[in-house]
Amino acid sequence: MANVTFRIWKGRGEEAGYKDYDTDITEGMVVLDAVHQIQAESDPTLACRWNCKAGKCGSCSAEVNGQPKLMCMTRMDTLDTSEPVTIEPMRAFPHLRDLVTDVSWNYEVKKRIAPFKPRKPDAPDGTWRMSQDDVDRVQEFRRCIECFLCQDVCHVLREHHKHPEFAGPRHFVHTAALEMHPLDTDSRIGHMKNEGGIGYCNITKCCTKVCPAHIKITDNSIIPLKERVVDEFYDPLTKLFRIFRPKSRS
Amino acid sequence: MADPSHTIHEHDVIVIGAGGAGLRAAIEASASGVSVGLVCKSLLGKAHTVMAEGGVAAAIGNVDDRDGWQVHFADTMRGGQYLNNWVMAEIHAKEAPARVLELEAWGAVFDRTKDGRVLQRNFGGHKYPRLAHVGDSTGLEMIRTLQDHGIHQGIEVYMEHTVTTLLKDGDRVVGAFGYDRERGRFRIYKAAAVVLATGGIGRAYKITSNSWEYTGDGHALAYNAGADLVDMEFIQFHPTGMVWPPSVRGILVTEGVRGEGGRLLNNKGERFMFDDIPDLYKNQVAKDDEEGWRYVLGDKEAHRPPELLTRDHVARCIVREVKEGRGSPHGGVFLDIAWIKEKMKNAPEHIKKKLPSMYEQFKELANVDITTEPMEVGPTTHYVMGGVRVDGLTQMSTVPGLFAAGEVAAGLHGANRLGGNSLSDLLVFGKLAGEHAARWAKEHGQGHIDAEQARDAEREALAPYERDGAENPYGVQSDLQEMMQEKVGIVRNENDMAAALDAIAALKRRADGVGVEGHREYNPGWHTALDLANLLTVSEAVARSALDRRESRGGHFREDCPDKSDEFAKHNTVVRKGPDGSMQLRREAIPPLRDDLKKVIEEQK
Repeated sequence: MANVTFRIWKGRGEEAGYKDYDTDITEGMVVLDAVHQIQAESDPTLACRWNCKAGKCGSCSAEVNGQPKLMCMTRMDTLDTSEPVTIEPMRAFPHLRDLVTDVSWNYEVKKRIAPFKPRKPDAPDGTWRMSQDDVDRVQEFRRCIECFLCQDVCHVLREHHKHPEFAGPRHFVHTAALEMHPLDTDSRIGHMKNEGGIGYCNITKCCTKVCPAHIKITDNSIIPLKERVVDEFYDPLTKLFRIFRPKSRS
Repeated sequence: MADPSHTIHEHDVIVIGAGGAGLRAAIEASASGVSVGLVCKSLLGKAHTVMAEGGVAAAIGNVDDRDGWQVHFADTMRGGQYLNNWVMAEIHAKEAPARVLELEAWGAVFDRTKDGRVLQRNFGGHKYPRLAHVGDSTGLEMIRTLQDHGIHQGIEVYMEHTVTTLLKDGDRVVGAFGYDRERGRFRIYKAAAVVLATGGIGRAYKITSNSWEYTGDGHALAYNAGADLVDMEFIQFHPTGMVWPPSVRGILVTEGVRGEGGRLLNNKGERFMFDDIPDLYKNQVAKDDEEGWRYVLGDKEAHRPPELLTRDHVARCIVREVKEGRGSPHGGVFLDIAWIKEKMKNAPEHIKKKLPSMYEQFKELANVDITTEPMEVGPTTHYVMGGVRVDGLTQMSTVPGLFAAGEVAAGLHGANRLGGNSLSDLLVFGKLAGEHAARWAKEHGQGHIDAEQARDAEREALAPYERDGAENPYGVQSDLQEMMQEKVGIVRNENDMAAALDAIAALKRRADGVGVEGHREYNPGWHTALDLANLLTVSEAVARSALDRRESRGGHFREDCPDKSDEFAKHNTVVRKGPDGSMQLRREAIPPLRDDLKKVIEEQK
């Protein structure tokens, strides 16, 4: 057992700042356990989100020693505890209180992306046929737990505050899952180019590095989407085609 | 006149809870053209459904075409030891396939068979491979599918709002009172019909797979509104939760591990599940290791390995091994999936493909590589079979205008739930509840909101702030959890449960005295103080019902009455709030099974 100091972002608005808490750490504890222990022992007002405590719901996102992490999957024995451990809220979103941020923007962005639209069923009983090979890629994207750590780390949002014109890695993954779904018949490529602002992404792969679901966000979703944007909007042959067929799908 | 400080949100139907059942109910109600509000304690998409791992049970028959609704019905009734509401069990078995396949039309991507259909896997108590799944994260797939479909259906979502009281107009429910967690401002959700989809009560116990949300809110809201709760003695202790390190104790290890061939072993390396096969299943279990493995591989002639017996039985066998000194170093037993490398090439890859989140969970949280070494597991509080008593055809409770679906409702599972039947439960009955709540709303219209009821609810909610400096709510909560774990846990007896009732009375007095400090904005201390009353109500319902049932059946095991009793096979236990405010219990006869269903059960024996 060791006594560890946690330097936690506490408060709201102008008054928010770091506050130090000491608590005992035992074998196997994760950062979220320490936060809960602090709530029970010394500060019942300390606010944080959490649910499953097993890396499956994506609620307890925070920045631990400056790294975007799920608190429930960050073991204390992976951190240097000789120095205070800092825990801060995700910085890419408006701060509410303590470790809680306003992530509602993510929900609004998703709502504007066209929903799944399947082709007609393949069989008379109303079902479809898809091979496992064809759904592997989509299943990778659907592992996303919407923790929004990829959004938090993305410099387009974090530093350049392009929220109104950039959907962010989470929604590129969501869009890729729809676009690559074997049954889907809609297109969201125009939306990604325009409202989604996918061109802002300069594939630094920061999002991939922090993804707790190990989705290869950049390689498997963003780059293929960028390629589709190019094919559809910048390919000279397609462009010519579009001039002569102005009413074709855009 | 309503209090001007209470913001009013008016909808035809209010759904409380946004897990699978709540989302499905909201989608259905909205589809029938009424206005729907969905109130949830967490962010959308984070509810407990996300934790469901192994799969959703539906007799689609893609892997074994001998399956059909009759087999699923009989399996569910046998698993529930015939205390089930058989009307619900019949509807469930018949409608689950359509509800699961409908998710494909909404974008869900289940694992596939070789010919491109939805793949199904083996699970405890299910005769044939029946669980549609996505690796070991089926719940995530389901909640995301419902969420992504639901957000385009015109449903108003109130995220991070908590309901504390249901509002009534005479006998009927006409809305709910609560607050938003962000600011702590009070709200009235006015509605012609209310659907409870709040999940379970796991936080009444110390070792649980459930999140903070599972504080029995819906159970307590319904009870306080005058509704019946039924079968509350039946709690499912899932046999396999993590046991080490201490901070992860209780986190779920999916039954899918056993479905894929995982074996339970004691510290002598013995496969102890072969030692005790219950009578109801003696014709359905493999005779040796070899036959069990053939079953896992899909051999239609083989019977299931004993690890795939029902959860209540497996949990008790584990408790027995530990109690008799054959447990693992940290008080569990071993669950070994790594051994399948003896049987197949690429076993590690196969395990990672079939059980990716289990691989991750053990690697990250326990430094255990499940492809090379066994896991340590033990029982964890997982699910409550009991809950709000509903009409099987409409999901309406005994209070007009109040509906319930999913874990908060009771009936489908009887004395023990089969794995995979909860995800199908929430789809089938979520839909039904949404449909009938909408119909009720259209037929009855809005009622009258009594401002005095709302003011009382506000006073009650703010009371902990009047007691600044009093006891911290976390202490009361953790004492309750310890007490319930010890006295009303997996193995029960009369003395312990009588003591539990005394302890609950004392804890109630302490809960009435807890204080919170600070502000109302996102204050977890305040939220915990308010949850306490619900936890205490459901704990009392569990203890009283368990004390009354002098037999052992399904999730309820009494060492002082270890056998099943024919007498107790005939009734369900019902609790209701009496006129004096005390909890009243009565036994209610189970309606006789319809002849054709009786025949179905006979044929499947």
